[in-house]
Amino acid sequence: MSNRGPVATHRSATGIPSGRLAIWWVVASEIFIFGGLISCFVLFKLNGTPGFEDASQTSVIAGAFNTFVLLTSSLTVVLAHAAIERGDRKKAFNFIWCTFGGGIVFLMVKIYEYSGKIISGHTITENLFWSFYYTMTGLHALHVIGGMAIMALISFDILKGYNFQRVELIGIYWHFVDLVWIFLFPLFYIANF
Amino acid sequence: MSGAHAHPNYVKIWFWLVILLVISTLGPMLEIPAITLVTAFGIAVVKAFMVAANFMHIKFEKHIIWFMMLMSLTLLGVFFFGVAPDVMQTEGDQWIDCIADNSCVEQRL
Repeated sequence: MSNRGPVATHRSATGIPSGRLAIWWVVASEIFIFGGLISCFVLFKLNGTPGFEDASQTSVIAGAFNTFVLLTSSLTVVLAHAAIERGDRKKAFNFIWCTFGGGIVFLMVKIYEYSGKIISGHTITENLFWSFYYTMTGLHALHVIGGMAIMALISFDILKGYNFQRVELIGIYWHFVDLVWIFLFPLFYIANF
Repeated sequence: MSGAHAHPNYVKIWFWLVILLVISTLGPMLEIPAITLVTAFGIAVVKAFMVAANFMHIKFEKHIIWFMMLMSLTLLGVFFFGVAPDVMQTEGDQWIDCIADNSCVEQRL
């Protein structure tokens, strides 16, 4: 019996490593999830559905700061990838945890925003805008939490000396999470016309 | 591990992304819809492309990855334009404004 590991790790039909191909399939499916929600949001906004003027109630500063945090965490995770390609496990570990820290900051700002909005009476059932807001940013936050959990596990693996390729894979996932926020920010925070 | 390719200058890319973020945040404050459209959404598309090309390394990937992403976006476009007439149009023999007369709510209850 071969002890080379799972078949997917040493065979590839496309010439792309299986793990990387798989994460791109994840990204392709996520395009439907978030793209579908964004499309629906845009359709209702263009239709003049009441409530969408509430985009002026969200905090542009909080949204812009969160965008900056995610862009910076994208930088740190790609620097982790560059470090592990050079064989620098310690630096890659540190960069991954910087990315994790960015995720924590992002979530803290989101919690602050949510609590402020709910206290002000802007709940998920108030109108269609706030339904979209909580659903889409909440789903995005769940993706952030999932990414953070996975990158924490990967960081300990690379410190022990194996699965280095997974740094790139979680990086691709994290960049996609950042990419989604790049579109959510103008929709919910600055397109209030 | 990924195939060998020269790494872009990631810090420089990040710097330009932050500059674009500042422009996209300040532009809508002029409250001119055309400028908001360009600065908020146009720059979002540019930023997304920069992240995908340089951080996700899609410009170094094999073309099959490009096809996968383009296919997803194309099918998303089909979904958008497929349902748009239903959402956007308010005329027609079979069209009923069930939101205005609350009959949608009554049916649900």
